[in-house]
Amino acid sequence: MTKEQALITYATRMGDNAIVMAQRLSEWVGHGPELEEEMAMANFALDYVGQARMFFSYAGELDGNGRNEDEICFLRDGWDYGNVLLLEQPNGDFGETIARLVLFETFYSLQLEALASSPARKLAEIAACAIRESTYHIRHASHWLIRLGDGTDESHRRVQHAIDRLWTYTGELFEADQVDRIMQAEWEGPDLTALREQWHRQIDALLSKATLQKPADGWMDSGGKQGHHSEHLGYILAEMQSLQRTYPGANW
Amino acid sequence: MYTQGLDQKQKKSAADPADTPGRLAAFQARIDADEKIEPKDWMPSGYRKTLIRQMSQHAHSEIVGMLPEGNWITRAPTLRRKAILLAKVQDEAGHGLYIYGATETLGVSRDNLVADLLSGKAKYSSIFNYPTISWADIGTIGWLVDGAAIMNQIPLCRCSYGPYARAMVRVCKEESFHQRQGYEIMLELCRGTDEQKRMAQGALDRWWWPSLMMFGPSDKTSEHSAQSMAWKIKRISNDELRQKFVDVTVPQAEYLGLKMPDEDLVFDQKTGHYRFGEIDWEEFWEVLKGNGKCNRERLEARNSAHDKGRWVREAASAYAEKQAARDAA
Ligand SMILES: [Fe+2]
Ligand SMILES: [Fe+2]
Repeated sequence: MTKEQALITYATRMGDNAIVMAQRLSEWVGHGPELEEEMAMANFALDYVGQARMFFSYAGELDGNGRNEDEICFLRDGWDYGNVLLLEQPNGDFGETIARLVLFETFYSLQLEALASSPARKLAEIAACAIRESTYHIRHASHWLIRLGDGTDESHRRVQHAIDRLWTYTGELFEADQVDRIMQAEWEGPDLTALREQWHRQIDALLSKATLQKPADGWMDSGGKQGHHSEHLGYILAEMQSLQRTYPGANW
Repeated sequence: MYTQGLDQKQKKSAADPADTPGRLAAFQARIDADEKIEPKDWMPSGYRKTLIRQMSQHAHSEIVGMLPEGNWITRAPTLRRKAILLAKVQDEAGHGLYIYGATETLGVSRDNLVADLLSGKAKYSSIFNYPTISWADIGTIGWLVDGAAIMNQIPLCRCSYGPYARAMVRVCKEESFHQRQGYEIMLELCRGTDEQKRMAQGALDRWWWPSLMMFGPSDKTSEHSAQSMAWKIKRISNDELRQKFVDVTVPQAEYLGLKMPDEDLVFDQKTGHYRFGEIDWEEFWEVLKGNGKCNRERLEARNSAHDKGRWVREAASAYAEKQAARDAA
């Protein structure tokens, strides 16, 4: 794999993460525990859609085969999607959605920080822009995690359960494959081993503030980055891609 | 404004003893002088009640309106359309919050207003009891429903109640964005494939009459407009607004190459207005009573969100109490 190919795959994976997260967050619109939270979820989803567009357009430009953001998003099947498994899991209750946001965003902001100084200039620019949004998302989600963890017995139980359930998908975040290794070597991409330590420190601090227990690192599921997904992604794509698939070639 | 039930629903209530003739006359004089009424000012109890009902209906409509549109966020055909729709739905939530806030200045709480929505006691605009079954419905809602809302809300920017008038100024700006974006969806569809045109025509066929109903019952049957007009809560009659809406919208449909689903629609050279067919008022009252395609689903969705969110809200207040106790210690 050339370094250019690795960069294209990497940018596409970033876009995949963003759009899958956007789809999941969008499901909260009209169904949130408070109006303010519906707005927040819609707002975060909107941020992610914006990021997906930037990553996909960038990947398309690099690729040079003329694929635009929509072709990349709507005309690939699951095995070509490289989002991490954590993001395609169903929303669960509000606590689970918050737990996922915290687990992912803590990773994501560290990843973006590393990428912001990449010699791949456009990628660095997108990362710098996404960091601002990510910082805000983490602050919001962390506040909720603390409130739920240290709220009532029920909320504590629910959000602890969510963290326990999702934990198995966190290993993949730090599992470097060939693409990650080339990114690190050639494009100053993140060192996932070092990043894992930082992530653990931040999560430890947050969980303890939220009076939550950190789960043990048991068996970790993985494969999303390489296109080996759970059953959930197929439905996300079927829904998201339905118009593009039903009316091929139409403009919208 | 999404308040089509308003004018007929108001029952004559017993006169409030505080509403002395002197006070009423002084109040009316302020209204006639185009002064804005502010929350701390004295106001007749009927004025307050009318505003609470109208404003809360408006807020509820913004919120329930998120459901038919939210229905298409995950299926928007392009990323750009998805972003626009998300932003729009977010705006509507903002309108709801903002108008609830303005309503609270009249001495009611948002929680109580929402409870009335959830129990089915309070009304919201019937337009949102129609289903969004194709992507063109999202275009049509922006074009017609936001379009009708603007038509209704522009006069409300001059409403005598200050907080409501100010809320409307802000809301109107965003609604006109929504209207343009909706029309743009329609333009794209109408320039597109035969299937897309069919989608667009189908949506117009389904949404045209309900959007005319958004202006409320005909002036002939609308008993309460007179008092609202005198109080300058309402400034233009239902039929006048409806006519204005028809006059601006028909040429827009022609430009799209779509046919209005009204055989009687004709331009009247003498008056300079379009004459249109009879609205099916039976349908209007049925949907208002709860017998529309989505009435049950809409209320169930809001109730389910509320119920499923209870533990979250409880946790937030429990945490806030703990924090306060810690701060005090
Ligand atoms: Fe609105
Ligand atoms: Fe709107």
